[in-house]
Amino acid sequence: MALAQGEVTHGVGAAATRDTSTRIVHVAALVALLVVALAIPFVASSYRLLQFTMVVIYSIALLGLNILTGFNGQISLGHGAFYAIGAYTTAILLERTGIPYWGAIPISGAVCLVAGFLFGLPALRLEGHYLALSTFALAVATPQLLKFRALESWTGGVQGTYVSPLSAPFGLPLAGDQWLYLVALMFAIALFVLARNLLRGNTGTAIIAIRDHPVAAASMGINISLYKSLTFGVSAMYTGIAGALGALVAQFVSPDSFSIFLSLGFLVGSVIGGVASISGAVFGAFFIQFVPNFADQISKAATWAVYGAFLIGFMYLMPTGVAGAVARLLKRMRLVHRA
Amino acid sequence: MEAFLHQFLSGLANGGIYASIGLALVMIYQATHHINFAQGEQGMFSAYVALVLIQAGVPYWAAFLLALAFGFVSGVAIERIVIRPFEQAPVLSVVVVFLGLLFIINSLAGWLFTYNVQAFPSPFPAGLSGRYLSAHEIGMVGVTLLTLLVIYLFFRFTPLGLAMRAAAQNPDASRLVGIRVGWMLALGWGLAGAVGAIAAIMAAPIVYIEPNMMGGILLYGFAAALLGGINNPWGAAAGGFIVGVIENLAGAYVVGTELKLSVALVIIIVVLVTRPAGLFGYTTMTRV
Repeated sequence: MALAQGEVTHGVGAAATRDTSTRIVHVAALVALLVVALAIPFVASSYRLLQFTMVVIYSIALLGLNILTGFNGQISLGHGAFYAIGAYTTAILLERTGIPYWGAIPISGAVCLVAGFLFGLPALRLEGHYLALSTFALAVATPQLLKFRALESWTGGVQGTYVSPLSAPFGLPLAGDQWLYLVALMFAIALFVLARNLLRGNTGTAIIAIRDHPVAAASMGINISLYKSLTFGVSAMYTGIAGALGALVAQFVSPDSFSIFLSLGFLVGSVIGGVASISGAVFGAFFIQFVPNFADQISKAATWAVYGAFLIGFMYLMPTGVAGAVARLLKRMRLVHRA
Repeated sequence: MEAFLHQFLSGLANGGIYASIGLALVMIYQATHHINFAQGEQGMFSAYVALVLIQAGVPYWAAFLLALAFGFVSGVAIERIVIRPFEQAPVLSVVVVFLGLLFIINSLAGWLFTYNVQAFPSPFPAGLSGRYLSAHEIGMVGVTLLTLLVIYLFFRFTPLGLAMRAAAQNPDASRLVGIRVGWMLALGWGLAGAVGAIAAIMAAPIVYIEPNMMGGILLYGFAAALLGGINNPWGAAAGGFIVGVIENLAGAYVVGTELKLSVALVIIIVVLVTRPAGLFGYTTMTRV
């Protein structure tokens, strides 16, 4: 299935042919981005800082979805469910077991890894729209399951449950929200490097081969079932870690914050950013964090109509997402440069 | 037994609405291989048009037909203006475009007609009500069956219906024999819009009319289409009735209304895992 045609995957495949000058540009851009990202907590107001923390968290969640949907070709309309599992696991661990947050976040990731792997097993038999429906059903069922009476002593039922705020360790002169931003950023950097290495190696080639041509992949000796369900697990782990961080930011989890619109928002962010790319996750995170606010400023009465128009306009102008458009722009500049 | 029969039949009546939405989804799917996430919202908007006309004093059935015409024309217009530029776009981009449409129509309806929940009149006289079903439920089943019959006759016996089926099955060959394939797709969208409008107008007296009224119904329609087999319109219609019955019985006897949506969906997924092409769908073979 042609999920995302064209040049979007070029960053993975064509790495070897890239000349040194573009390599330098890439590294310089990454360093600049890192410096800006590290400076944000010290210059931004606390409201802006909250928004940027959410951008970092969403980019982790979207990266998880990109690995699954963009690189492996499995459509998920239900990643909000894994975000919710991550958030609730962290909330329960922090409030009931006394495990500190730096332990709770990886544990939440591990729980989601297992949950994603298990959900990935039946999903193996479903493709395209059928998989979309199953994951959609997962997303719809999530708030109802979280409200379920039998689990109420753990989840807090309809009311949800509070998560105590963080404070900076070792007597560092940082406010809680500044420290939380830096924690989220550290997790994001580690997970992005991990994703890049995963997707560039043999495993990544196998994951992409399964998307592009399952029959050929199987005849090359790739265990399709194992790779697909493992990819589901890894993808859920990313989104689950994002959910854990999200719970720490919100200091509160409740069933209705994990509605179907969260999952649809993830899909929108992923596609707008560029579904089969790593950098797309960052572009998408900016989109889902800032564009709804922007639409609200344009028209209070019909905010979502403006947002919908933005979605259609973005897809019209950049069918392969922002990352695809940027890649094409860079390529064109390089050609002009050489000519 | 009495109560069971009541739940069963009223499930069938609701199923009629899911069947109509499922049928509308399949009509668009067959022609373009896309699932129209905005189908429910298009229907909702047409229902509002009917409501405005009725409140302005237009007789019910005239308003009904005008709303159908509105559904048809707006369906054609959406295909021509919004969807056509994405003919060659990747699947996921089109999904996002549909979501964009959903947001736009939903928000416009809220803006024009307010988000207040309003009552919607039912055209069926109370004298019609029977032992197990209310008058509206009986009328609803009748309207659904009539819709299915008309659609069947249209596709089976008219030259235009034949041309539309041909355009969906083999666009290139149809173009060679002089069928305007692009317009056939637009007509399919129009028909789906009209069928969706019927579903929304029939659902409105039960769920009341408000911009989000079709959320759950669209999901069931989606489930109906997939359960019956997305490449088989009659399967989708049958799927709608099955989903309606499962939903009602699960809600009444198994888990209560709180979890009935989840349970219905779980059952559907279990069915799909054992029969991935749906109950009445056929498996497509691809040459590799």
